Amino acid sequence: MANVKRSPWLLHYDGSSCNGCDIEVLASLTPVYDAERFGVMNTGDPMQADIFLITGGVNTQNKDTVKQLYDQMPRPKVVVAVGVCACTGGIFKDCYNILGGADTVIPVDIYVPGCAARPQAIIDGIVQAVELFEQRSKEHDEMVRNQKKGSEVA
Amino acid sequence: MAEVIHPEEQLLEIDVDQLLTKAMELKKAGFRLSQACAAYVNEKFELSYSFADDKTYQYTTLRVVIDTDTEVPSITDIVPPAVFYENEMKELFGVKIKMINLDYENRFYRIETETPFGPKEAAASEEKKEEA
Amino acid sequence: MGKRSVIPFGPQHPVLPEPIHIDLVIEDEKIVEAIPSVGFIHRGLESLVDRRDYNQMTYVVERTCGICSFQHGMGYCEAMEHVFGAEIPNRAKYLRTIWAELGRMHSHLLWLGLLADGFGYENLFYQCWRVREKVLDLQEMTSGGRLIFSVNKVGGVIKDIDKEKLDIILSTITEVEAELKVIKDTFLLDYSVQSRLQGVGIVTKEQAHDLGACGPFARASGIKTDMRKLGYGAYPDLDFEPIVSATGDSYARCYCRIMEIFQSIDLLRQAIAKIPDENELFTPVKGNPEGEYFMRVEQPRGEAVYYVKASGKPYLDRFRVRTPTFANLPGLCEMLKDTQLSDVGLLVLTIDPCISCTER
Repeated sequence: MANVKRSPWLLHYDGSSCNGCDIEVLASLTPVYDAERFGVMNTGDPMQADIFLITGGVNTQNKDTVKQLYDQMPRPKVVVAVGVCACTGGIFKDCYNILGGADTVIPVDIYVPGCAARPQAIIDGIVQAVELFEQRSKEHDEMVRNQKKGSEVA
Repeated sequence: MAEVIHPEEQLLEIDVDQLLTKAMELKKAGFRLSQACAAYVNEKFELSYSFADDKTYQYTTLRVVIDTDTEVPSITDIVPPAVFYENEMKELFGVKIKMINLDYENRFYRIETETPFGPKEAAASEEKKEEA
Repeated sequence: MGKRSVIPFGPQHPVLPEPIHIDLVIEDEKIVEAIPSVGFIHRGLESLVDRRDYNQMTYVVERTCGICSFQHGMGYCEAMEHVFGAEIPNRAKYLRTIWAELGRMHSHLLWLGLLADGFGYENLFYQCWRVREKVLDLQEMTSGGRLIFSVNKVGGVIKDIDKEKLDIILSTITEVEAELKVIKDTFLLDYSVQSRLQGVGIVTKEQAHDLGACGPFARASGIKTDMRKLGYGAYPDLDFEPIVSATGDSYARCYCRIMEIFQSIDLLRQAIAKIPDENELFTPVKGNPEGEYFMRVEQPRGEAVYYVKASGKPYLDRFRVRTPTFANLPGLCEMLKDTQLSDVGLLVLTIDPCISCTER
C-alpha cells in the first residue's frame, strides 16, 4: 500500500466576501481550470473535508459558523484563506461589522492574495495545501503509531 | 434609436403624519416601492421613500425629516415589501418605527454595534451608562 | 390539516455558494410561510463614506458584489456625475455600455450554470461555465481584471478599448452566440428541464407589482420595465426592447435571462459599430460634490438604486445602494408559499439571489 496517497477533499465557505473570490473558487473547480486534476474534490460536508477554503473576512455573525466548520473537520486539516479579505479584511477592514481576516478566529496555513484572487493563484494555494496536508498526514500517522506503541508498552 | 423615457425625478417633502396618506395615494396611482432609506444629517433623520412607476418610469421620493426621537408609523400595512427597508432603518439608524408587520426587533442583520449609522453621541452615552 | 413544523434552510446550502438563511414553516411537504434572515455577509460598507472620499468610494462600491462589480461602479459614478452636473465624453459612455453588457452576459451564464446544477444537470452547468470563461477572457483582455475591473472614475473611465480588441470582442461573441444556441435549446426544449421549471413558483403580474419586484424577475411576470430605457450610458443610441414573458413561472425567468444574453450580444454589436472615435475618456470634475441624486441602473439582477448625498465636502454625507435582490426578497417569500419543500432550493435560485449585494 506504499503507493496509495490520500485525496484531500475541499470545503468552501463564503465568509463576508463580495462574491468575487467565491465565484473564482468555483471557476477553478470547473473544467477550464480544473483543480480536481490535483487529486482534490469539492464537498459540502465539513465532517468529510480536509482542506478548508475560506473567502471573505470574518464578521460578528459568521465567526461562530466559521469556528464550528473548522472544529467539525477531522484532523489533520489545512486552512487556505482565499483573497485579500480573508487574509487581512482587505478593503472592508474599517467597516464596523468586520473583525478582520480569517486568522482572527481560526489558524490559517496558506494565504492566497488577490482581489478577486485569480484561479491560477487559487490553484497554487490548493497545490500547496495538498503538499502540506500530505506532510501533516504523515506526522499524524507517526503520532498515532507512537501512541499505540506507548499503550502497548504500558 | 431607442426611445428614452426619463421624466424628472420628484422629491416631495412631507410631514410625518402625511406619510401614510401620501404612500396610499402613490400606491393607488400604480406605483411600486422602489426603495426606502434613512440618512442622519445635521442631527436629524431624513427618511426617503422612493416609489417608481414601471410604465412611465416616473420616480417619486417622499422625504420626511424628523428629530431622532420622533416616532414614525410603518407603511408596511399599505406597502408590504417595505418590511425589510424599515427593519434596516430601525436597526442601522435607530429610527423609531412602530407597528412593522414583521418586526425583527433589531435582529435583522444581527450586528453587535448598536445603530452604527445613527447618532454617535447617543450611542456613546449609552456605552458610558453600561460602564457605570 | 397536517402538523406544522419549521425547517431551516441554509446558511450553508449546496445550491448556493453564498449563505442565506430562510425559516420555512411547512405543513407536511407544503410551505406555508417563509421568513428570511440575513446578516451573514453584512459588512456595512455604506459606513465607509466617513473615511473614504468620493473618488475612493468608487473602489469600495465596486466591491459590493464581485459579479456585477462593473455596474456597481458605473451606477455610483453616474450618480456622482449627476451631482457634479458633469457630462462625460461619448466614448466613455460607449465603453461603459460595452463593459456593462459583457458583465450581464457573464452574470446570466453564471446563473444558468447554477440553475442547471440546482436541478441536477451537472454537464449543462459545466457547459455554461465553459462558455462564460470566454466572456471573462474578454473582460480580462479589455480591463485587466477578470471580475473586478476598477476602470470607472467619477467623470468617465480610465482605460480605452482599442480597435483590435473591439474586433476580438466581435469575433468572440459570435462564437459564444453559436454555443449559446445549443445551450438555449437544452434549457428551453429539454423535457426533463421543462418538467422541473414549468408551472413551478408562479408569480402573477399583480403580485410582482405589489411586492416591488424588479429586473428579470418582474419581466418574467409580464411587467415591461427596463431601467436601460432611462437613457444612461450609450443606451439612447442603441435599439432594444425589454424581454418579457407572461407566465411568471420558473421557466419564464429562465427564458428571460437566456434571451437577455442574446440581447446583450446584439447590444454589444450595435455599440461597437457606433462607438465614436475620440481621445477624451473622462471629463475632470472640480471641487467638492454638493447635492443629492437617486440613480437607477439596470443590473443583471434588476434595478439597482444608488443614492448619494453630499454637502460640499470630499466625504459624502450618505451613500446608499439598494440592490435588486433586496427588492426581490419579498417576492421570493411570496413565491415559496404553497410550493413543495423539494423545490425550495431551485426556487431560491430563480430570483438569481446575490446575497453579498443584499447585505452589503
